[in-house]
Amino acid sequence: MQSLSNRKKVLEQKPMNFWERMYLPAIGRGLAITIRHFFKPKVTYKYPEEQRPYSKNFRGMHSLKRDEEGRERCTACGLCALSCPAEAITMISAERQKGEENLYREEKYAAVYEINMLRCIFCGLCEEACPKEAIFLDGSHVPPEQLRKDFIYGKDKLVEPRFDYK
Amino acid sequence: MESALLLEKTILVVAVFAITLFIAMYSTLVERKVAGFMQARFGPDRAGPFGILQPLCDGGKFFFKEEIIPAGAHKFLFIAGPAVAMFTACITSAVIPWGQELVIGDRVVSLQVTDINVGVLYIFGVVALGVYGIMIGGWASNNKYSLMGAVRAASQSISYEIGLGLSLIALLMVTGTLSLKEIVAQQEGFVNWNIWVQPLGFLIFMVCAFAECNRVPFDLPECETELIGGYNVEYSSMKLAFYMFAEYINMFVSSALMAALYFGGYNFPFMNELGLSQNWITILGVIAFFIKILAFIFFFMWIRWTLPRFRYDQLMRLGWKILIPLAVANIVLTGIVTIIKDTYF
Repeated sequence: MQSLSNRKKVLEQKPMNFWERMYLPAIGRGLAITIRHFFKPKVTYKYPEEQRPYSKNFRGMHSLKRDEEGRERCTACGLCALSCPAEAITMISAERQKGEENLYREEKYAAVYEINMLRCIFCGLCEEACPKEAIFLDGSHVPPEQLRKDFIYGKDKLVEPRFDYK
Repeated sequence: MESALLLEKTILVVAVFAITLFIAMYSTLVERKVAGFMQARFGPDRAGPFGILQPLCDGGKFFFKEEIIPAGAHKFLFIAGPAVAMFTACITSAVIPWGQELVIGDRVVSLQVTDINVGVLYIFGVVALGVYGIMIGGWASNNKYSLMGAVRAASQSISYEIGLGLSLIALLMVTGTLSLKEIVAQQEGFVNWNIWVQPLGFLIFMVCAFAECNRVPFDLPECETELIGGYNVEYSSMKLAFYMFAEYINMFVSSALMAALYFGGYNFPFMNELGLSQNWITILGVIAFFIKILAFIFFFMWIRWTLPRFRYDQLMRLGWKILIPLAVANIVLTGIVTIIKDTYF
């Protein structure tokens, strides 16, 4: 058949000569390769003592952010839930009452905010969809659990801790 | 006087046995370490520093595993198989000279359990027995895979024992003795090592030793990919450990044999020029011998993680059509050279 790419190479099937049939030179070359690998640096991270650094754009666990006065930024608009391809996010919204202005920034807030970490694919679309810069995937990876229900993270795990803002 | 002899031999036997088991035990760890290092990993390093407690953990684990004897198995032979394998592996080391004589007071203590004048033949006898352990175990399991493994082991052992024996005949023509003690004693210093007069014989002997130990590239009796483990498929718990252990002991003993027969045993370069006392030379000689043995064990492992397994017909072709004619040619060549040397020089 005509070659289309002009890169076709016809290999000749030559019978092995005496030197090649002896195998010993080939075994010697093989041994040289393995002993070189023996002294090469190892790629293993010895895990509990030595942790592999995360990449800069690593997407891990979500956190719900607070603003500079320590109020929750989330306004429960539902865009994150809508954008989520894995449908991992659910929320129930509530209206802010009088006297709660120091807790929630907007007039509406998420009373319940749950992410199922088993469904989440860590694509980061929720982070992109959020108009209030309230959710970021800036944590580490999800720790193991014994039960499925423990992978559904509520606000207790998601909202970042309140700092003392003077 | 007699009780002193009994005592020293008992101590020596126990020491040799303990060292053999110790080295076999740590070979399992070293094997995994070597494998890891050659594959850019560390190997086991969790149990103790550098994983030195790993063999103990493995041993403990094997003891606590469930002991399964299949319903269709021949009970007695099923148990006898690993016992025979272990026994024959252990008794080979009796004739290996571990060092020269120690002088304690006015007693001369030989570091060889027994010096029988047919030492080489004894080793051949025991090595030939070694395959019975595998065959009995493979047959008694009543499993077609283990039977296949056993059949392979038997034919492989028989084929390569011929090459092994023929390569040694050339060596015996040079040394003129069957006693291992004398063979080693002849190779004093460095230039008298048998490897310099019998390089081809050593190569054949080594290849055959690999095959006798069922090591890669000749591990057809226990290949995982074809026979899901070979002759030891049905074995579990300590009986399986005995088979594996026997393999490592065999490796140790054949390393010791190769070191003793071709690489001067306990002899090391400049041993007579150093001007040391007899006891010091003996101690250094034992250390030199063990360094050689460990180097051979490392070589066994190095080969294992380098070469793929032979196909069965290739194995038979190598044994019968290449190694045996080569060994015969080596004998003829050695004979001619010996005659020329005796007549003209």
